[in-house]
Amino acid sequence: MSDITKQSLSELIKNIKDKKLSSTEVTKAFVERSEKSKELNAYVTEDFSAAIDKAKKFDENPNLDLKLPGIPMAVKDLFCTKNVKTTAGSKILNNFTPTYESTVTQNIWNEGAILLGKLNCDEFAMGSSNETSFFGSVQNPIDKDLVPGGSSGGSSSAVAAQLTPITIGTDTGGSIRQPASFTGIVGLKPTYGSCSRYGIVAFASSLDQAGPMAQNVRDCALLHEVISSYDEKDSTSIDFKRNNYFKELTNNIKGKKIGIPKEYRVDGMPKEIEDLWKKGIDYVKDCGAEIIDISLPHTNYALPTYYIVAPAEASSNLARYDGVKYGFRADGENLIDMYEKTRSEGFGAEVQRRIMIGTYVLSSGYYDAYYLKAQKVRKLIKNDFDEAYKKVDAILTPSTPSSAFKIGEKTNDPVSMYLNDIFTVPVNLAGLPGISIPAGHDAKGYPLGLQIIGKAFDEQNLLNIAYAMEEKINFKNKITDWWIK
Amino acid sequence: MIVCDIFNYHMSIDLKTIKHISKLSRISVDEKKAEKLAVDLNSIFEFIEKLNELKTDNVQPLTSVAETTLKLRDDKVKSKNLREQIIKNSPQENEDYFVVPKVIE
Repeated sequence: MSDITKQSLSELIKNIKDKKLSSTEVTKAFVERSEKSKELNAYVTEDFSAAIDKAKKFDENPNLDLKLPGIPMAVKDLFCTKNVKTTAGSKILNNFTPTYESTVTQNIWNEGAILLGKLNCDEFAMGSSNETSFFGSVQNPIDKDLVPGGSSGGSSSAVAAQLTPITIGTDTGGSIRQPASFTGIVGLKPTYGSCSRYGIVAFASSLDQAGPMAQNVRDCALLHEVISSYDEKDSTSIDFKRNNYFKELTNNIKGKKIGIPKEYRVDGMPKEIEDLWKKGIDYVKDCGAEIIDISLPHTNYALPTYYIVAPAEASSNLARYDGVKYGFRADGENLIDMYEKTRSEGFGAEVQRRIMIGTYVLSSGYYDAYYLKAQKVRKLIKNDFDEAYKKVDAILTPSTPSSAFKIGEKTNDPVSMYLNDIFTVPVNLAGLPGISIPAGHDAKGYPLGLQIIGKAFDEQNLLNIAYAMEEKINFKNKITDWWIK
Repeated sequence: MIVCDIFNYHMSIDLKTIKHISKLSRISVDEKKAEKLAVDLNSIFEFIEKLNELKTDNVQPLTSVAETTLKLRDDKVKSKNLREQIIKNSPQENEDYFVVPKVIE
């Protein structure tokens, strides 16, 4: 039994299809390990007994033609799950049980997967360390009191600790790729419009995308194939021909042109990251790809742009939490007082801070100076990528400017926390796909990731490059199970 | 030449502004919270004002990265009888309506 949770998604599927394992055996193994791993605080809501019942039902009449036959899976608590509490890591949604299912999770259940539970995340996905969650910080399985990254911190912790074979997160400014990098796993942020946003608790609607998080690139490709779909319930969902990402995966990337942007060599970047990037360049060359130096001149303006656009959209999206419709209300003397108290008690400090920034930059007299300015700079950032893609097929950068940091290390300085997303944010602003793959360790033994950025809708090429590099890197995650007594 | 003068006139966000934004945001703040927010917001805006270095007069703003026109569909009702589902998460129970504190005296 104990070996089951060590298997990759592809191995589990093969064993279920070959009838060497039942869904019940697999589900029970992940439930058992999750129950022994409460110290990680990866789950907000456990749905274990329902999961085992569903697995038994699956085994009675197994449909082995499905892509995820009887595979148990926990998901980020930002996806609405019908009749299962969905909190977005916030007190204000602590009594909210959706009466509908997000399209992305529905796609997963349609292929035979089974919900294990809902995973912790930064409140409304606003954070880079999972420390803004109402349900407490999450432990990184790599080391005690180390953050797992954020906002999909419960997701990265759960995959790295093998509490779930695979999961989905969401990425608005790096929330899949940064936690993947911090925990030594693979995380893909798809092209904007690739995965439906229907039923995902909204943060910044022009940036939010759902994506897979996995132990390896093959598993990541398979889950991406399942979740990417055109959906008329999301007006920004894009109707393009999607590949069979898993079936078409190849490690042949000979002749591909990979760009190295000089602006990503930021001041104060640790030598370890610089060395990792150089190693990455060598791996790509070994695979037969060509390296080309490129320039993305507006890179330095991406974070300030993001911290106008994202809070502006968030302040508008979060206006719906008024104590009337979503389960939580604080009493007030009158209607306005009720609104103000509900939002003051229901939202945490970081969310309030971002709503305030957003309200300010959209307020009368400041709109042109901030919001319009940011939209213009966003155009310049996108133009940089368009220009670069005339010369290259993909871009290689580090995923983060450092390895994972300690819990509490950056909570008092919002700007230093924001700087963590310096390499991931430009990708969201331009709507492009990006993947983080584990590529090495720093001196402390903590994982470091490399990011590959692709052309819009070119996830196949991105996955192929990641797959080829993964083979050369041969990364082994160092997990000691320190939290299991 | 001044690129964008508007950045210079607020310089720092004072307590009065914080209280104004909190009103607009419908988030109540006490004195202590307002002071903390002023410090945080000032450091964030200092960082944001880097954008001031760029000249953007002739740049079209990017409103959507998805370069497609919105699809039209027939104006048909697809979901019906959802009242129970819609009010299910109402904090104050009532089978027909959302209930809020009295608005009209």
